Formats: sequence, structure tokens, C-alpha cells
Amino acid sequence: MSPSTGRRWEVRERHLALAVLLLVPAAFASLFVGAGELSPLDLLRADSGAALLLLESRLPRLLAILLAGTAMSVAGLVMMHITRNRFVSPSTAGTTESAVLGVFVATAFLGAESVMVKMVVALGFALLGTLFFLWVLRRLTFADVIVVPLVGIMLGGVITAVTTFFAYRADLLQSLSAWTNGDFSSVLRGRYELLWLTAAVTVGCYLYANRFTVAGVGRDFAVNLGVHYDRVVNLGLFLVSATTAAVVVTVGNIPFIGLVVPNLVTLLLGDNLRRVLPVTALAGAAFVLACDVVGRVVRHPYEIPVETVAGVVGSVVFLLLVLRVRRVAG
Amino acid sequence: MIEVRNVTKTYGSTRVLDDVSLTIVPGGVTSIIGANGAGKSTLLSIIGRLLPADSGRVTVDGLDVTTTPGATLAKRLAVLRQENHTSIRLSVRELVAFGRFPHSRGRLTAADLATVDEAIAYFELEEFADRQLDQLSGGQRQRAHVAAVLCQDTDYVLLDEPLNNLDMRHSVQMMRRLRRMARDFAKTVVLVVHDINFASCHSDEVIAMRDGGVVAQGPTAELMTPELLSTVFDLDIAVHDIDGNRIGVYYS
Repeated sequence: MSPSTGRRWEVRERHLALAVLLLVPAAFASLFVGAGELSPLDLLRADSGAALLLLESRLPRLLAILLAGTAMSVAGLVMMHITRNRFVSPSTAGTTESAVLGVFVATAFLGAESVMVKMVVALGFALLGTLFFLWVLRRLTFADVIVVPLVGIMLGGVITAVTTFFAYRADLLQSLSAWTNGDFSSVLRGRYELLWLTAAVTVGCYLYANRFTVAGVGRDFAVNLGVHYDRVVNLGLFLVSATTAAVVVTVGNIPFIGLVVPNLVTLLLGDNLRRVLPVTALAGAAFVLACDVVGRVVRHPYEIPVETVAGVVGSVVFLLLVLRVRRVAG
Repeated sequence: MIEVRNVTKTYGSTRVLDDVSLTIVPGGVTSIIGANGAGKSTLLSIIGRLLPADSGRVTVDGLDVTTTPGATLAKRLAVLRQENHTSIRLSVRELVAFGRFPHSRGRLTAADLATVDEAIAYFELEEFADRQLDQLSGGQRQRAHVAAVLCQDTDYVLLDEPLNNLDMRHSVQMMRRLRRMARDFAKTVVLVVHDINFASCHSDEVIAMRDGGVVAQGPTAELMTPELLSTVFDLDIAVHDIDGNRIGVYYS
């Protein structure tokens, strides 16, 4: 039991149960949406083609969606706490863009073939990019809650410009779009398994949830409680960078989830990480699933990449959240 | 015992603490008084290892506050600064419960929860217990932060302006609570207090500071004199005996 839950655990269980109840049928239904015809009946008839489609494509796709959605929203939640700004997330701190630059460098200059190598390089770049963002932040004289993510978005834009320039020169623009435009349509068995790493990262975040919350209250509060503030912040940055790198390498960037999902969940349930992390994880999975299904259905049998759908929905929600802060702040 | 030895702290070209040495014996309430900029808060923050000193050494029961592991120290010493602004959305109960973190590491026992409830009840926060911090008034938030620090149940409690934002009734309650805690549980409470009369009525010992140095330290009654107070605050202060307390009068 966490400090907060105390005797209010029933509330938390109820939210979780609700989230699971919504997610499970949706996930099941998503298995039967796509260009190839597949219905639950096909599976009952022991149709070998249907089974192949399910095992090789639809099931891996579903797992990739759930893993990526969970991981990115939890990463956003952690980042929001360690930077103490609810609008800082991997997509608004240069983290994602740095990870993309990392994959590009690994591919173009290091000639990396294995996804593992690409991921490690991407992780390093993501970490450096985020640290650079935090360094810039400390030098800002006007660190308004909204200015901060705007600076992050600008920094991301600059990094993307650098990446695009070199990708153009190296004739790798096509590969680049695979990393910048998140898309689950190419997920097949054997090509998404790296994402399981993010499940481990999410568990790590849960184990450190109380420390992240304490750090989120403030440095003095953390030091007083004997929490090693700098160590917790650095660990958080590492976990966030690892998640971002793994997602970018396997499915590509899915913008705004790390921002939108944690903001909506904490708006309803507060910021105590132990309490909101499981709900955030499920909500993130549901959000990405919904975006992906919409992308598959809108102009069936063709697909719109999840990056586009999430970008449209996410940016609108981001805008509403920003306007809300402006209104609350008066 | 808190021992401060030759502590110096400079901000830019301003020397906020100039070679301060003092000893605070265990048990009882000690108030640090002095004008703005005398170095009271800086001293308290350095003792509470929230700020590093430029030079010198602070030990609490022989433990050097800069080298002792944070988790060990957090069970012995709790500190609360004056400014406790936070944008995080935690309920009062969640915040207060985090006071138990050094002991529970996040796994609250029934005894922990009882301590939390008791602190919430004492500071009359039951009504707001499940409300988010950002929906409270300044005084309510201050009480919640102090409640969290007291839940930490440490031998040493350092509070910077605990009466900040509190109305008269809550100020008196706060001081009574701190005093009782010091007396009944042999806790050592160190406060930075602006109101000299609260310091006078509720502390066993007073430390008077001026310009980054300690002017005087001793039993409250001995320090509550017009001469000393005038030196410390640069203001004519008359001192009267009222109902057994030394009261400074300086309003007109």
C-alpha cells in the first residue's frame, strides 16, 4: 500500500477495473480490424490462413500497441514529476527527436544492423538531448509553465532539422520517416519484441513511484525525507529515454501520448504516482489502440499511420490543456 | 545535540553567515530571532542539510549532516522551509502520509496511518484531508506541511516560520503542540520565529542573530531584555511582565 492510498484503495481498484473492462473488449475487437478479412468465426473453423494472420500480424500488432501506449504514457507521467512541469513529456523536451537522431546516426554512420545497437545509441542520444533541454531550462529567466514545453518543442524542431539535413545527404529520408512517423502496420512477429523491454521499464517506474512523487513535490521535501533527489531525477530521465528509444526504434514516434494521457489522468485522480501509474498505463494503451483502430478504419482498406491520428487528437487536447491552465492562472 | 562549528555562507558578495558556531542541547524549544537578512533561515537550512555551507561543519548527535546518508538522517531530523510552494496535486492526507516515508519506505502500517490521522486531527485538517493542496488557503497548506514534518517523528525538528499564514488561534495551537512535543517526548525543536512574543512565551532558549552572526544565546527570560532586543532589531522595544511572560512592546 502506498502512503496515499490508505483506506481509499477501493477507489483505485474501481478505476482500474473500469479501465480493464474497457480495454479488454476493445483489444479483442481490434484483432479483427484490418485489410485482410478475419473474424472470430474463421478462428473457430480452424482456418490455417486465419491463424497465420492472427499470430504473425494481428496479435503482434496488438501487443506492440499496448506496450508502446503503456510505456509512453508512463514515461510522460514520470517526466512530468521529475521536471515538475505537467507539460514536459518526451515529445515536448527534445527527447523523441534526439532518439530519432540517435537511430539515424547508428544506421548511417555506425552501420548498425541490429535493433539492439540502434536502441542503445538512440537511448544515449535521448538522454543527452533531454539533459541539454534541462540545462537550457536552468538558464531561462522566464520559465513559465507553458514557455517550458514550447522551448522543448523548438529544441526538438532544431534537432529534427539537423537529422533531416543529414538524412537527405545520406539518401535516408525514407528510413527517417519510419522512425518519425509511428506506424503499427509493419509490425510482425519477430519485429516488435524489443518493446517488451519497455514493460520492464514500466515496472521499474512503478517500483520507484513514491520516490518520483516525493521528488515531484520539490527538492527540499525530498531531501528532508531522505530521498536522494538528484539520483531519482537521473534514474527517471534514464527510464524515460530508454522507453522513448525502444518505441522509436520499433514502431516510430507516436507524438503527444506522453503528454495528453498523464495530464488527463492526473487531472482526475491527482499526482500520487503509485496511485495513478496503473490507470495511466491502461489509459495510454487504450488511447493508442483507439488511435490505431481509427487509422485502420477511416479509409479502409488503406491505413492512416497512428502518428497522424495521435498527432491530431493529441495536439487538440494539448491546446485545450494549455488554455485551461491560462484560465486557471487567470 | 546539534553542533554548528565555524559555518560560513556567502551568496555572491554577501556574507550571510560569518563563522557561526553554536550548540543546541537536546530537549526543548529553541527560537532563532533576528531581523530580515540576519541569516536565520540560511542557518536553519544548513543544519537541515537543505543548503551546503561554504565552510564549517554541522553535526547532529555526532552525525555530520553533509556526509550521513539521507535516509539515516531523515529518521532523526526533519526540516521545513518557509516557502513550500508546489504545483503537484496531492491530497492533504497523501502529503502528510509521506512524512512517514523515512520509516515506512512507502508501505504504511496501521500504526503509520494512526499517526497520520492524529496529525491531521490535531491541525484541524480532517475537513480538507481529501482535498488537493492547491485548493487550500495558505494557512491550511502550512498546517498540512507542518503535520507532515511532525509525522516524521524525528528527535530533531527544524521549522522556518511555522506560523507563516496562520491566524492567531492556529498560531497558538501550533506553538503549544511544539512545546508539548518537546516536553513530553524530549524532542528538540528549533524554530525561526518573527514574532518575538511567540518566541518569548513558548521557547526554552533563544538564539539572537544579527548580520550573519550570533549576538546572544541563552534562556528566554535572560534574553528578553530591552537592551538586547534593541540591539538585535535596531528598534526601541519595551519589555513588560504580563501574566508571567516577558512581552515586547514595539508597535507605536
